[in-house]
Amino acid sequence: MKKFRLTMSRKRMITGILFISPWLVGFLYFYVRTLFMTGQFSLSEITIASTGGYRLSFAGLENFIYAFRADPHFKQVLTTSLFDMVVDVPLIIFFSLFVAILLNRKFKGRAFVRAIFFLPIILNADAITEALTMQLQMMTGGLSPMSEEVASAASSSTVNVGYYLSLFENLAVPEFVLDYIVGAVSRISDIITASGVQIIIFIAALQSIPPSLYEVSRIEGATGYETFWKITFPMVMPHIITNVVYTVVDAFARSPVVDLAYDTAFTDYNYGLSSVFSLVSTLLVGLLLIIVVRAIQKRTFYYD
Amino acid sequence: MEKLRGRWSQLRKSPVYGDVKSGVKKGAKEKLLSLFRFVIILGISYVILAPVIGLVTSSFFSNADAYSPTVFTIPMAPTLERYERAIVHLRYLPTLGRTMLFSVTLTLIQLLVCSMAGYGFARFKFPLKKLLFACVVIMIVIPTYTVMLPLYVTFRNFDPLGLVTLITGGPVNLMGTTWPVYIMTALGCGLRSGLFIYIFNQFFRGLPREIEEAAFVDGAGTWYTYFRIMLLNAMPAVITVSVFSLVWQYNDTFFGRLFLIPGDVLLSKRVASLQVNIKTLDKVMDPSIQQLYVSAGIVLLMLPMVILYLLLQKKFVESVERSGIVG
Repeated sequence: MKKFRLTMSRKRMITGILFISPWLVGFLYFYVRTLFMTGQFSLSEITIASTGGYRLSFAGLENFIYAFRADPHFKQVLTTSLFDMVVDVPLIIFFSLFVAILLNRKFKGRAFVRAIFFLPIILNADAITEALTMQLQMMTGGLSPMSEEVASAASSSTVNVGYYLSLFENLAVPEFVLDYIVGAVSRISDIITASGVQIIIFIAALQSIPPSLYEVSRIEGATGYETFWKITFPMVMPHIITNVVYTVVDAFARSPVVDLAYDTAFTDYNYGLSSVFSLVSTLLVGLLLIIVVRAIQKRTFYYD
Repeated sequence: MEKLRGRWSQLRKSPVYGDVKSGVKKGAKEKLLSLFRFVIILGISYVILAPVIGLVTSSFFSNADAYSPTVFTIPMAPTLERYERAIVHLRYLPTLGRTMLFSVTLTLIQLLVCSMAGYGFARFKFPLKKLLFACVVIMIVIPTYTVMLPLYVTFRNFDPLGLVTLITGGPVNLMGTTWPVYIMTALGCGLRSGLFIYIFNQFFRGLPREIEEAAFVDGAGTWYTYFRIMLLNAMPAVITVSVFSLVWQYNDTFFGRLFLIPGDVLLSKRVASLQVNIKTLDKVMDPSIQQLYVSAGIVLLMLPMVILYLLLQKKFVESVERSGIVG
């Protein structure tokens, strides 16, 4: 028996592996294996038996060719989803950073305001979000998702936003900039709803900045503007990466591509094509993430 | 004299003097800034709260209110009829009870598994640790949606390593039950488990090693140390994760849809079919009136989480700030 006595570090190693073992088993079974299966499905023609079983026959790249050459929806839905993501992510990041800075100051009723701002996290369900969006439109006569006829009919009772927008058109602002801003403003409720967790991460980040840095900058006579760009911004920079990753993944989970893949699999029973949709969209989102994270990382300053 | 003058000019240049001089101006500036802040907070709060308030009040609308063009937000003849029908169709209390039981159990499992994995990564050395932790990050980045089809197939004919066939003589069909979600959560692959492992890992890494050393010297074993000492010290992370996990679990429709979980255990699924029920069973044909019933149903769905949130709000916000969610 004494021969098998383990050294302390060996013992700790085994305990460590025991601690992560449930997760490890799950990861291998539910992620590694299923990712492999997704790849396999996408390269095969699948016949589904009535018991739910299936038979694979190798079909090469046929599914991929079909998805890009013949499928009527895929390319369009994919580009729209990716484009929406690229547009929304910077807005969400800037908005949540702004709100986090606002909420990080001390003022009267801060606890109450925070309770309101974190409410969207609690109300983050498809059904609830849908109902709330509808309600907001009914109350404010929202401007973006309505058709022109409805908007003009509604304008008798609510503010005519179109009129105010037309005021800006005569300024020498390029149209796409104006469109972007109008789009951002009209989606403000979407952006607010989507940025709950990001605000939390930014607030935690702001709290972790050592106050001595601010003290020094005040003594050296820096203005608030300088303090923000020289201290606050570089210090939260690493968390911008975290937030970008979170936002992109979250946006992807809600995007129409996912719905398309779901419908293809469970309404049309075309498992192969659905797998192609999932794989291609995940790869593209992953690529987008890598590019963005690399770009930010180059400019990131790490404190320690 | 010359020396004194030199000191005076130095003093005038120093920022401290500047502060004193602009004291009056600064007060006005400060007031303007806080006004600005107030306006912005008011605006954002309006965008968040207005639809919620609208939803709640519209659920009290009677038919006359819904058709009257003069009624805005506040009903003139409030009625509880919407709630009565919604509660009947949702079978509210039993369904809510089962949903809560389901979500709370999953949250507890998730807490245990994710904190264990997070602790394992934070405190122990083992081979391939870096690679395995990269896998956790990959889990956060790759959504479950990518692998939903193989998951469906896996649980449609559930037979891991041929074990089930050994016992029952064939694979079992777990569709329409809650088992798939329990199994996945218990193996650390539940709803956003990757994120929770990450949060726990960050927090445990931030705790001083001396706590464990003291426990070890006093003769506590690893598991005792973990359950009785480390988990208690990690309270902020525990609270953060449980609130997130509970809320996401409660609101989730994805797993419910994928694994065909029956409406008895998922309130959100019942609410989704409420409008059809009102239309076909109660013969309410006007969509705008149907919408009022749906509003009532959604208020009923939100209510438990909002109450819980209001009770835990202060603790939750504090915990999030200290939970090292950012590392």
